[in-house]
Amino acid sequence: MASRDNEEKRNLSLGGHVGFDSLPDQLVSKSVTQGFCFNILCVGETGIGKSTLMNTLFNTMFENEEASHYQNGVYLRPRTYDLQESNVHLKLTIVDTVGFGDQINKEDSYKPIVDYIDTQFENYLQEELKIKRSLFNYHDTRIHICLYFIAPTGHSLKSLDLVTMKKLDSKVNIIPIIAKADTISKSELHKFKIKIMSELVSNGVQIYQFPTDDEAVSEINASMNAHLPFAVVGSVEEVKVGNKTVRARQYPWGVVQVENESHCDFVKLREMLIRVNMEDLREQTHARHYELYRRCKLEEMGFKDTDPDSQPFSLQETYEAKRKEFLGDLQRKEEEMRQMFVNKVKETEAELKEKERELHEKFEQLKRMHQDEKRKVEEKRKELEDEMNAFNRRKVACETLSSQPLKKDKDKKK
Amino acid sequence: MGQQKNLDGYVGFASLPNQVYRKSVKRGFEFTLMVVGESGLGKSTLINSLFLTDLYSAEYPGPSHRIKKTVQVEQSKVLIKEGGVQLLLTIVDTPGFGDAVDNSNCWQPIIDHIDSKFEDYLNSESRVNRRQMPDSRIHCCLYFIAPSGHGLKPLDIEFMKRLHEKVNVIPLIAKADTLTPEECQQFKKQIMREIQEHKIKIYEFPETDDEEENRLVKKIKDKLPLAVVGSNTIIEVNGKRVRGRQYPWGVAEVENSDHCDFTILRDMLIRTHMQDLKDVTNNVHYENYRSRKLAAVTYNGVDNNKAKGQLSTKSPLAQMEEERREHVTKMKKMEMEMEQVFEMKVKEKVQKLKDSEAELQRRHEQMKKNLEAQHKELEEKRRVFEDERSNWELQQRLEQQKMEASRTLEKNKKKGKIF
Repeated sequence: MASRDNEEKRNLSLGGHVGFDSLPDQLVSKSVTQGFCFNILCVGETGIGKSTLMNTLFNTMFENEEASHYQNGVYLRPRTYDLQESNVHLKLTIVDTVGFGDQINKEDSYKPIVDYIDTQFENYLQEELKIKRSLFNYHDTRIHICLYFIAPTGHSLKSLDLVTMKKLDSKVNIIPIIAKADTISKSELHKFKIKIMSELVSNGVQIYQFPTDDEAVSEINASMNAHLPFAVVGSVEEVKVGNKTVRARQYPWGVVQVENESHCDFVKLREMLIRVNMEDLREQTHARHYELYRRCKLEEMGFKDTDPDSQPFSLQETYEAKRKEFLGDLQRKEEEMRQMFVNKVKETEAELKEKERELHEKFEQLKRMHQDEKRKVEEKRKELEDEMNAFNRRKVACETLSSQPLKKDKDKKK
Repeated sequence: MGQQKNLDGYVGFASLPNQVYRKSVKRGFEFTLMVVGESGLGKSTLINSLFLTDLYSAEYPGPSHRIKKTVQVEQSKVLIKEGGVQLLLTIVDTPGFGDAVDNSNCWQPIIDHIDSKFEDYLNSESRVNRRQMPDSRIHCCLYFIAPSGHGLKPLDIEFMKRLHEKVNVIPLIAKADTLTPEECQQFKKQIMREIQEHKIKIYEFPETDDEEENRLVKKIKDKLPLAVVGSNTIIEVNGKRVRGRQYPWGVAEVENSDHCDFTILRDMLIRTHMQDLKDVTNNVHYENYRSRKLAAVTYNGVDNNKAKGQLSTKSPLAQMEEERREHVTKMKKMEMEMEQVFEMKVKEKVQKLKDSEAELQRRHEQMKKNLEAQHKELEEKRRVFEDERSNWELQQRLEQQKMEASRTLEKNKKKGKIF
């Protein structure tokens, strides 16, 4: 096929208003029509304030039964909600980790979480690989953000926290937050934050960095990065402060105002999570975490991008090669089984032959014994016969003799 | 699917569209436009007019100036910026199309080109390591119809039929300034009739929820196919500087909607539907190509009966997985059968052995009995014989004794012992 590709990209200036500057609007209009999807995973101990924070963030009461502390293991509970704000529709899924941190042995606590995340990736991958697929109206359930709730001990991270975050950091965007921050004083909080961040760094845990490559938001993102982990307080209760009614927690010694930035970092969290970087979180999930999962999965299945000679495979070649290998594999299995049977038959035949032989031998032996016995009997018979003959001769001899004795006497008398 | 929830206050995700806007501007945009038509129909001029730039110039001549013996497919890439938005525009043109005496199959290089772009995208989408996936797929094909005023030519029909399922086809009446409005009206009706007759699917404007927009869309639909005029020159008309074509009898203005449909085309192609053209290419034309390609790969070698059935939605991998499972069942069955046969044969043989052992045993018993009988018989005979013999011997002895006794008596008589 003859086609000359003019690869040189010319920069041209326009002689007037063409109108393609509306392209971003066209794109936005389409995505608004489609609606948006966002999935949050909340990981934290029972009672640490996950549900309350969600309610506070989204200004609504998501239904939630309080979880008990006596769960056998960790299980994940996803709930989907349809929210709308002006003309924007958001399909929000909140996934709660029920029972996290409650067991005595927490070695496997992270597993259900990792499995859930992987399952969502897997579902997307399966859809992507289908022959007839519909990705543009696929309900994306991949987790876009994991809010990791750290207990406000004021000391350091628990080992469960480190283990879990380490297992999750290559699979999902993590924002660590200090829960129930109203139980820590400002100075303790400062030390706590530093301790946590240094522990994360020294353990190589990759948390989500607010992006600084876009000039429009790089400044605010950079400054927020320095406030991590966010110390948050959640509340759906309203308290009158001055002449305003605000969401707060009322204590005898004062009122902790959720949206007061000197009281806690709630506003920062909301700003970063929802108002500035929501789209980036979605993008990172798709372009980085999902791609990593996909790459590992495909490599596991034996797919490669280049053949041994470093020539790139085309899709067709790859599938055909896989298929050939697969068919060869099946064939081999069949052969193996047949062979196994052939061997089994041979073995058993040999066994049975052996038995046959033994049987024959036994009977040959018996036969020989018989012959012996027979011979003996014959001998005895002969013996008897001989004796009988001998006896008969005696008898005859005797009788002949008894008919002659007078003659003899007569002879004698003369 | 999800529960409806009302928000008690401003959350802030209404800013999502802004976030999307921001990111898209940063990423920049791409668009690939193909122009097809016989030479001399004003394709390059129209492109220059659409994008208000000298895409085609003396230095970079348009397709009609690059007449080839056979149809070539060539592309030029230009980077244009407007209002902070960057667009990488690729124009694909087809010099030589329809210019030969025998134009059979002149569409084939074009189809091959479109398919090869789909193939490239499919391959890069299917790689294990995916980076940026540059999208060089053809998003739109402007097909130029010569303004004969009568109807479509066989070549026009043939081309559109072959391409309408591979790319968004937008037919245009070229050099519309050679038709009067009435002639144009007639011509358009005739063309649309023929398009419907031949079941050609040209690009359709999507319906929206917006009533206002739908009214506009309907207006456009009534004017299809769009009749356009292009110009590289700017002329002064009534104090205004406009693009147009200067005739002794007046100026045909490109952007005057009474003169031609150029503004409608520009607005639709660039200002309102550029994104939709890309989406339809991605979601419909590309997906068709992909599913056909993958079905061929999947069912290559599989039983034809299966392939004739509906195109499954499974991926080739899932297909192989299913085949593997089927094979496992098949093997299990085979194994069971072989096992059964084997067991049966063994049983037979063992039984035979048992039988022959029993037989031999029986014979042995028989022979033993015989022998024993013989033994007994013999013993009986012997006993009888011995009895007889000992009797006879006894008798002989008795007689002997008698004779002895009588002899002795006689002897004694003779000796006179007896008086």
